[in-house]
Amino acid sequence: MHAPNWKADFLKQTDEAGIMVEQLAIGPADLWQIASDDWQRFAQLALQHNLRWAAGWAEQARDWFLINACFEREGRYILLRTRVHNPKPELPSQATVYPAASRSERHTQDMFGVNFAGHPDNRPWTRHKAWPKTRYPLRKDFPVQGEPEAVTPPDRDYPFVKAYGAGVYEIPVGPVHAGIIEPGHFRFQAVGETILNLEERLGYVHKGIEKIAEGRTPEQLARLASRVSGDTTVGHCWAACLAMERAAGIEIPPRAALIRGILAERERVANHLGDMGAICNDVGFAFAHMQFARLRELWLRCNEQLFGHRLLMDRIVPGGVDCDVSEQAGIAIKRGIYQLKVELGEVLPALDLNSSLEDRLYTAGLLPEAIAAAFGALGFVGRASGQDFDVRRDAPYAPYDRLTVKVPVETQADIASRFWVRYKEISVALKLIGQFIDLLSPGDLRSAWKTPEAGREGLGIVEGWRGEIITYIRFDAGNTIARCYPRDPSLLNWPVLEKLVLDNIVPDFPVCNKSVNGSYSGHDL
Amino acid sequence: MLRLFKKILTTGVVTEPVKAPKDDELEQLGIKIKSHIDRKFSGSIAIRQVDAGSCNGCELEIHALNNPFYDIERFGIHFVASPRHADVLLVTGPVSRHMQTALLRTYEATPNPKWVIAAGDCAACGGEFGVSYASCGAVANVIPVDMVIPGCPPTPLVLMKGLLGLMRK
Repeated sequence: MHAPNWKADFLKQTDEAGIMVEQLAIGPADLWQIASDDWQRFAQLALQHNLRWAAGWAEQARDWFLINACFEREGRYILLRTRVHNPKPELPSQATVYPAASRSERHTQDMFGVNFAGHPDNRPWTRHKAWPKTRYPLRKDFPVQGEPEAVTPPDRDYPFVKAYGAGVYEIPVGPVHAGIIEPGHFRFQAVGETILNLEERLGYVHKGIEKIAEGRTPEQLARLASRVSGDTTVGHCWAACLAMERAAGIEIPPRAALIRGILAERERVANHLGDMGAICNDVGFAFAHMQFARLRELWLRCNEQLFGHRLLMDRIVPGGVDCDVSEQAGIAIKRGIYQLKVELGEVLPALDLNSSLEDRLYTAGLLPEAIAAAFGALGFVGRASGQDFDVRRDAPYAPYDRLTVKVPVETQADIASRFWVRYKEISVALKLIGQFIDLLSPGDLRSAWKTPEAGREGLGIVEGWRGEIITYIRFDAGNTIARCYPRDPSLLNWPVLEKLVLDNIVPDFPVCNKSVNGSYSGHDL
Repeated sequence: MLRLFKKILTTGVVTEPVKAPKDDELEQLGIKIKSHIDRKFSGSIAIRQVDAGSCNGCELEIHALNNPFYDIERFGIHFVASPRHADVLLVTGPVSRHMQTALLRTYEATPNPKWVIAAGDCAACGGEFGVSYASCGAVANVIPVDMVIPGCPPTPLVLMKGLLGLMRK
């Protein structure tokens, strides 16, 4: 199915372009090292070869910085790396080639003071006013406590894009929103009811996760990773543990892998149920909202009963899992799945035939395939716009390597499509849970931990419920973390929200937003 | 449409009875109730929820208070869209420094008498994030807190008992 040779072809091209590539390997990815001057040129070639830009982060080592960018095609990952030196670390920007890289590079600029020359947008991103422009929190000489003022002032002078003209007006929204949701700022320019432009300003829930990860033990890091984004606690914890296990060279027991799979699929189902209800609520359809809220609650109660936590926090630990699925529990889970299927079989037809719901969801919030591809949209957002990618199928990790994962893809690209893709993903997840339970055989739940050598690194790539999560870990001496970077899928999905709301009406923004449901916390870190 | 009505009828009412919490239960939750506040708020409280830096876990459980099992509105507790309409600020998360001014302004915008509940471990003590260059830690480090509901995240039942404690006559 996969063209096996694209890497060879691509390497030939980079060679012809005069880019020296030093080849190594890290975890599931090839590690390619190049000179910093070739950073942008490489991105141009990568784009020609249809590589997807997936993640970017930096790391300080003595007086130089390692800059990383992760690319993917057909489930094969390349981790591109270069080195830039103090006192003036600078390299050409990839954001001019890949718009997906834009906010990531701005984050690196704010956190490390590495300059991406020629970046199309040189405004700060993660930094508001909690630290001065000339200080960089992720540099080693920056203390965790920083030097904050008693009261951090608001970021008043961020230069938003302006629109002028007769009848054009601006609507600022947030950071404190009207619902029970996370904080962020949205700036709309509108004419009448129509949205001309939307600009997001995030970073309000920046909690210094990358900084406080440093120096933690693997257990402590797993706890922190579980709280990168509360709705993706299983996904992030899994990605972090996978990265740490790869760095330490540990294989987890098959039973633990299967249980991780069950936890992750249960998380997927819970979130999809909640959000499908919330999408209906945002167009005033209370029936569906209440039904989905009820089904989600039943699902979470089952989590609490069988795994001891409604959201499944801290059930995954380095080396395995901290919970088990007994034979009885397996039966209870299967009974729950059967009941959910029956109920969905009653609720969904009532929605499918509802013309007022159709009227609001069809053609609203359209995300054309080309834009989804250009921004590297992930998960159900990408899959509703023709982006046929799922880590579980394309770069399978245990336990997904033991079975076939069906990936629903649509090209209708509107809110309705994102809704129905999520419904289909629930069906797939329910099937997978059943299969994982059937595959369970007696065995250990946790492998013994081996302290990795200082400098060992690992990449954990998993399919969270929002899409691909990439977590990078490097160990220091004494079993502590030197660097951790979790890339939530929201980093790539937030920018497409700015695109898909265009020409929609302002009152439809909530439902457009809900149909994407980016994580603020996972993005701001 | 018939399918819809049928589903509504066959689902029936799933809302569960919740007993008002006893004093010792509230103490277990670490909740100290001041009796004069009870009188002022008896029968109805309007809550403005503020995420001041949470991971979103607490929000998910606060959301659940409105699902048909807990249906918190039957006790006169409802969530409002503006601090100006609120009696209570329900604050989650360690307060990120980038949210500090927003939280202070929300507090100022809430009319007196008002009451602040810090919900979740992060809001209570800073939790996993603590105090750093990016986080002020506990909500009490930024605005006065009247009541703390611990948990990571607190379950809907724990949240509900805490809120009902507020309304005790």
